[in-house]
Amino acid sequence: MRVLVGVKRAVDYAVKVRVLPDKTGVDLANVKMSMNPFCEIAVEEAIRLKEKKVAKEVVAISIGPKACVETLRTALAMGADKGIHVTTDVRTDQGISPLAVSNIIAHFAKNEEADLVIVGKQAIDGDNAQTGPMVAGLLGWSQGTFACGMEVDGQKLILDRETDSGTEKLSLKLPSVVTADLRLNEPRYATLPNIMKAKKKPINTVDAASLGIDMELKNTVVSVEDPPVRKAGVIVESVDELVNKLKNEAGVI
Amino acid sequence: MLGISTARALRRGLSVSSRHASCLVVAEHDGASVSQGTLACITAATKIGGDVSVLVAGKNASAIAESAAKISGPKKILAVNVEGLQLSENMAKAVQSMASNYSHILTPSSNIGKNFMPRLGALLNASPLTDIQEVVDESTFKRPMYAGNAIATVKMADPVKLLLTRTTAFDKAAIEGGSATTEDVTLSEEDTNAGLSEFVSESVSQSERPDLTTANTVISGGRGMKNGENFQMLEKLADKLGGAVGASRAAVDAGYVPNELQIGQTGKVVAPSLYVAVGISGAIQHLSGMKDSKVIVAINKDKEAPIFQVADYGIVDDLFKVVPELTEKV
Repeated sequence: MRVLVGVKRAVDYAVKVRVLPDKTGVDLANVKMSMNPFCEIAVEEAIRLKEKKVAKEVVAISIGPKACVETLRTALAMGADKGIHVTTDVRTDQGISPLAVSNIIAHFAKNEEADLVIVGKQAIDGDNAQTGPMVAGLLGWSQGTFACGMEVDGQKLILDRETDSGTEKLSLKLPSVVTADLRLNEPRYATLPNIMKAKKKPINTVDAASLGIDMELKNTVVSVEDPPVRKAGVIVESVDELVNKLKNEAGVI
Repeated sequence: MLGISTARALRRGLSVSSRHASCLVVAEHDGASVSQGTLACITAATKIGGDVSVLVAGKNASAIAESAAKISGPKKILAVNVEGLQLSENMAKAVQSMASNYSHILTPSSNIGKNFMPRLGALLNASPLTDIQEVVDESTFKRPMYAGNAIATVKMADPVKLLLTRTTAFDKAAIEGGSATTEDVTLSEEDTNAGLSEFVSESVSQSERPDLTTANTVISGGRGMKNGENFQMLEKLADKLGGAVGASRAAVDAGYVPNELQIGQTGKVVAPSLYVAVGISGAIQHLSGMKDSKVIVAINKDKEAPIFQVADYGIVDDLFKVVPELTEKV
């Protein structure tokens, strides 16, 4: 089995983002960037499939500027075999649509003869949560979103997924697209020897414009603003005071 | 001789080929009635304007459609009496077969909606918008990015606009006063069975309490609760107030409570009238799941905890002392 894993370079989860004064977007200048946390989980699951000898090769793909090479090196250090860097200079949080991203990933899923595509359930910059099911739809493959457990069983993938009220178990025909949720696994830290080894693994660079995929945005961001600010609250000194305020001031009980 | 409405349109300088919006809401239901999230989605659809139709799919669809006809707003309820549309590959195909009749297709932004709607987008070559929280006009919507720390206004250009609606952002449509017609829709096997997946089993948490995402009161526990048994203390308070119990990611990760109680950027989004955060520090990712609550109370013995920055009322004290006292006095 060959696995293709999508990894996105996004704002680090601990960063407190600020909106630019001209409202064109979030200020990304000098902000710490990292592999999207759900992409880490996706890579980890692919590597575990390799360790279980279910997968033969794991290919990582990333779309974006030159710095995406670092993100790919992290995936390689975790155990991926090779990387594909699709270059583009647009802002990857809002300048490229999930549909274009999905078309690119689908293209390489076919090129690399993948049997399984794993991506994170969402990227924490755009919070769109679309790429996984879109890739599946474009390829006509089965899909398992919000995966919290998966097991390959011959030509089938037995997948546990998070639902709004608990979990459900599905049997998916391979090939398939899976999106990784928080509890699918706990990603490993790359060890120093593996980081050194990763420097020698191949990364192919492809210009997004050369793929013949429509990159035009159908959904354009007109403005990006700060969320409404909540009025400052008060510290109360006793439960009696709290109950009084909730009853008589806020009127919620 | 031109028809009357065409003549009027020409006089107003409108394009005679422009059509009114026509929305299809793909409903979620529990086998008996449509969900609260669906009622909020219907409100979003009525704000877009034009006729609103609601699609109910499943074993009991016709019966559910009968009760859905009383919802204020929709003109038509369509029932597809086919099992198996809870599988996203099948739902995407079914909606694709009906899509050309509508200018907008909406569904709640849940694990169900986020499962099939993007796949539908791929089939229609359309780009959905996830988590819309405001309708500006029939092509323009607002949605959160970066865990709600930035709000984007987005203009859509696709002829069919696919929308996932944030449940907490729209009032729920009234469940009476409506007079929609109901219609059974027959779809072919090809349009309802992709043959790619099978349902095996499910594990659903049963609760007498209201649904977390639509409860009026939520009592939520964090790492400060120290163990799962202590959550019983929160359950008592929730029951006294007729509310639901939620949790931070830390509490779920520590194994205190099951996953589906998690509130946050990658968990559930809630906006109750009253949100009580007990022993929760207030990480960015948690705030994004509850900061639209009407009134926020924080109980935490650490006065530096970030949760106090969003709380309307805060008590800096030991939760094991405060919560029982609060339960007694409310």
